[in-house]
Amino acid sequence: MSFDLALIANSIPKILLGIGLTFELLFLSLFLGTVLAISLLLMRISGRWYLSAPTMVYIYIFRGTPILVQIFIIYYGLPQLEFIRESFFWPILREPFGCAIIALTLNTGAYVSEIFRGGVLGVDRGLKEAGAALGLSVTHRFIYITSPIAIRLCLPAYSNDVISLMKSTALASTITLLDMMGIARTIVAETYAPYEIFLSVMVIYLIITWVIQRLFGWIERRMSRHVRSEA
Amino acid sequence: MSDSNQTTIIQLENVDKFFGDFQALKNISLSVKKGEKIVVCGPSGSGKSTLIRCINRLEEHNNGKIVVNGHELTSDVADIDAVRSEVGMVFQNFNLFPHLTIIKNLMLAPRKVRKVSKSEAHDTAMKYLERVKIPEQADKYPSQLSGGQQQRVAIARALCMNPEIMLFDEPTSALDPEMISEVLDVMTDLARDGMTMIVVTHEMGFARSVADNVIFMDEGEIVESNPPEEFFNNPKNERTKLFLSQILSH
Repeated sequence: MSFDLALIANSIPKILLGIGLTFELLFLSLFLGTVLAISLLLMRISGRWYLSAPTMVYIYIFRGTPILVQIFIIYYGLPQLEFIRESFFWPILREPFGCAIIALTLNTGAYVSEIFRGGVLGVDRGLKEAGAALGLSVTHRFIYITSPIAIRLCLPAYSNDVISLMKSTALASTITLLDMMGIARTIVAETYAPYEIFLSVMVIYLIITWVIQRLFGWIERRMSRHVRSEA
Repeated sequence: MSDSNQTTIIQLENVDKFFGDFQALKNISLSVKKGEKIVVCGPSGSGKSTLIRCINRLEEHNNGKIVVNGHELTSDVADIDAVRSEVGMVFQNFNLFPHLTIIKNLMLAPRKVRKVSKSEAHDTAMKYLERVKIPEQADKYPSQLSGGQQQRVAIARALCMNPEIMLFDEPTSALDPEMISEVLDVMTDLARDGMTMIVVTHEMGFARSVADNVIFMDEGEIVESNPPEEFFNNPKNERTKLFLSQILSH
């Protein structure tokens, strides 16, 4: 089998035209998903069953089904419903970009809220008691003691999820979006050279993953300064 | 060593505390006057820690009445935060906030609970760090300090709230032997200044020199309560005698 280097050199700039969309999908759904995750977490640990029970069902559904199925249901399924087409959300749900953002947000929100919950549960009970004994309110304890410690604890798992989300953005190409993967598929359809093209995409995703890993490694080191003893 | 001001600051009446089926406190009544120093001792599982944890409601009592500094402890949350801000507590494991520097550990509660200015909180914090003799550690993190230093910081952190009462839950039990005296020195100093203190400890030397009353607990009950002279030289109860012979024999 021949390996067409010229084709790769030709295609990579074209594929990179989609990197903006890949990043838009990543950053927007990461931001919205993290906000969603925090809301879910607060409901989950509220101690009120009518808040925590729905979040458990939600998390079970979104962690328990393939994200591709979720994207298809939102993009192909929801427009079948009359009231959706007449609703306030239709301008978003009509667009594949909006559907991809919604699916990625709902999915990552479910995963990240479980990651955050693990971090919160990992905070030493004695530290929360020390805060309580000083007269700090429940809210103050959560903001100034539990959260900063929990964030440090769940950072490695969170960075995993960011990488996972970044890779999931490629699924947006299945609903006509021209992100890097969407462009690659178009080129493959024209050139019948899946090996070279998909290999090129793979390398670009690997580079992005490397950057994310380095970024989180740096944040982790910064946030761990208090653990390194210099005494 | 009694204080001229003899008002009662802590009052427990017939307090019971259950953990499931296990009764940790049985019908405890105790009255502490302002400025008094109480040492509580007893075998592990006797309810000593539970007793002082009920006083700032880290544990909720099931029956009876607890009044601290004029507030009766109930399930009213706002009231609990107010009581806790007037009662300092020092834990066995220090419980310093690991992500904050020493100075920020001391400034957090005054800033958020008392709403004092940053500079005022800083000045108060430095004052108490000097009092526990480690002002030079202000900008380090807790993990960079020795156990004895961490416990002194924990005492300073509690003092920054200007508490009326200080509770100590086995403050020297987690320390290496050579660090115990530096912590006890700070506590003795505090006692001389007239602080009301309840100290759960097995440091009998400290109890002898500082306590107004030594309480012996066993199986959730106050078995004996007497001034140290009487308590050590003339214990009445068989369980007290046995306990004292065990901890003083070597």
